[in-house]
Amino acid sequence: MNTKNIEKQFQVLRTLLAIGIAIAVAFIIICFISENPLETISEFVLGPLGSKRKIGNIITNLTPMLFVGTGVCLIFSANQTNMAVEGGFFVGAMLASVVSTCVSLPTGLHTALCLLAGGLAGAAACAIPAFLFVRYQAKPVVSSIMVNNMCLYVGLFVINHLIRDPGAGFLASWRFAETSRIEEMIPGTGIHYGILIGIAVLIGGYLYLNKSKAGYEIRTVGRNVDFARYSGIQVNKVITKAQLIGGFLAGMGGAVEVLGMYKRFQYQALTNHGFDGIMIGIMAAYNPKALPLAALFLAYIRVGADCMQRSSDVPVELANIMISVIVIMIVAERFLYKMKHKRIVAAAQKELEGKEAA
Amino acid sequence: MDKIFAAIFTPEFLFSVIRVSTPLILGSMAALICNRGGMLHIAFEGIMLSAAFFGMLTSAVTQSVLLGILGAVAGGLLISLLLGYFNLVLNSDRTLTGIALNTFASAGTVFALYLLVQDKGTSSSLPSLVVPNIDIPLLKDIPVLGTILSGHNALTYAAFLIVFLTYLIIFRTPLGLRIRTVGENPNAAASVGINVLKIRFITLAISAVVASLAGAYMSMGYLSWFSRDMMAGRGFMSIAAQNLGAALPLPSLLASLAFGAVTALANVLQTLNMPSEIIQAMPYVATLIGLGFFGYGAQKSSQKRSKAVLEKARAAEEKA
Repeated sequence: MNTKNIEKQFQVLRTLLAIGIAIAVAFIIICFISENPLETISEFVLGPLGSKRKIGNIITNLTPMLFVGTGVCLIFSANQTNMAVEGGFFVGAMLASVVSTCVSLPTGLHTALCLLAGGLAGAAACAIPAFLFVRYQAKPVVSSIMVNNMCLYVGLFVINHLIRDPGAGFLASWRFAETSRIEEMIPGTGIHYGILIGIAVLIGGYLYLNKSKAGYEIRTVGRNVDFARYSGIQVNKVITKAQLIGGFLAGMGGAVEVLGMYKRFQYQALTNHGFDGIMIGIMAAYNPKALPLAALFLAYIRVGADCMQRSSDVPVELANIMISVIVIMIVAERFLYKMKHKRIVAAAQKELEGKEAA
Repeated sequence: MDKIFAAIFTPEFLFSVIRVSTPLILGSMAALICNRGGMLHIAFEGIMLSAAFFGMLTSAVTQSVLLGILGAVAGGLLISLLLGYFNLVLNSDRTLTGIALNTFASAGTVFALYLLVQDKGTSSSLPSLVVPNIDIPLLKDIPVLGTILSGHNALTYAAFLIVFLTYLIIFRTPLGLRIRTVGENPNAAASVGINVLKIRFITLAISAVVASLAGAYMSMGYLSWFSRDMMAGRGFMSIAAQNLGAALPLPSLLASLAFGAVTALANVLQTLNMPSEIIQAMPYVATLIGLGFFGYGAQKSSQKRSKAVLEKARAAEEKA
């Protein structure tokens, strides 16, 4: 077995162990605060499978994660810590709502235009940190957070002043036109056709990032900028491209989410979908191939925590605590390092012995 | 328009500028210390949030303001040392760990808040204390200046003091010299016998104490309770202010005050029934423009420097 295989094996092992530790932490917390720990845990673990509706909830939770997660894979593969996917998701949802409420078009075409508008808005959000980095070397870490907050207020301005329905009874936009809504796919579950678009995006993202020349350029820039520049890749162009596409996907995710799940736009705060995308992106090591599993896991513990909150006294935030513990463990490079090192040395020695014997 | 000017050109407005700038001043000093030590991270948001929560909690339990502040510092140190352990010992990416720790602090505080008061919004039902306001004798009797400068929270005065202390510690003590050496070239520092790991942990700890005071100010001064995600991006704005101030104490202080002024302006305009959303976005837009300006300035000065070096070389060549 060569070094590369062992490295890969340990990455998987580390991820699994991180998940195991997070689950253990969650169970310990539950045992401490719940009056009836066993029941609470079983509700947490098995609750999401309890009914057709809840399984539907897992899928609807997972749908936007596929879009944002794929976008994050592209952006972070270029080694850009651009968190504007959060704001991109929000303005994507906003602009799609504007197109849905203000434009009239035949069914199908209308939805497509909404998704396009949402995507463009998301791309615009991610373009700001990209521009500031490429042109002025301002680190996207800080600028993208600023963009998120800016997106929130710009979005709220449009929703609350330009397309607000005063008769709705609460702060919300006009009703989305029926021609633009994304239909429910399986009645009674809430699952809508957005999941199919999400799967298409995921496969497209995988082929683009892992199987195309452009994707290889993105990954090369991410691994070693100097090498990429030396080998003639236009680094700035590649970095900008990755972020624009990533932002586009995030914005499209926002559009799909509001058109599939709601009748009006009614967010009043950032939705945290962007950071969810970053978390599952890290869990999947920015590889779209592993993304569905990570998304499924996060969606599952979200629905599980929700079931648990309904039947006991443990708040739903437990899911976020778990996911942050997992991410902290996964990015810790030295975690299990000694064991890995020993294995690599042993494999090398064996190989040497084999050579000597021959 | 007249109304706006009437509202801005008052001593009360300047008072509120100082009031809203306080967490940014403290935060930017914390970021400055980290930046000088080569440890700039993005977990300030989580550190401040955790400090705000523990400060509120300890002051409510012990009914002592001083212990409350100590509790806040402990809460901030907790997040900061977690970051230090994972980044320095387990060699993980500082930014990604920072994102995770921010999420951890946000979820963890809401989780604990719900267990304590069965409310996920605010802790207003807990009898937590606030740090007292201080009227400065003599100064408070001077007409305009007194209204602006006197009667602030004790932590606000502490913030200005800390700007000075930061300058002293970082630029005028042996410890500060070590911190800056490690920040600029860890290998060189190690070669002259400085314990790099220890200095980095000390850097993180000092900056966490300063950032914790910002958190304590939020829940025990600015407001008298803890509310979920109450830092609202102030940790990130502090980093930006420090960036804008080129990691120097006085310019960072001025940048923090400028951000504070925009926030205070947004608050004023909101009361005048202008569309508040656009105004609320202003501090963030100002930060973005500031980041661009800073980058532009750095670019220009490095161009100038390389030009000067070139000319010098050319002159030397001509002479020869």
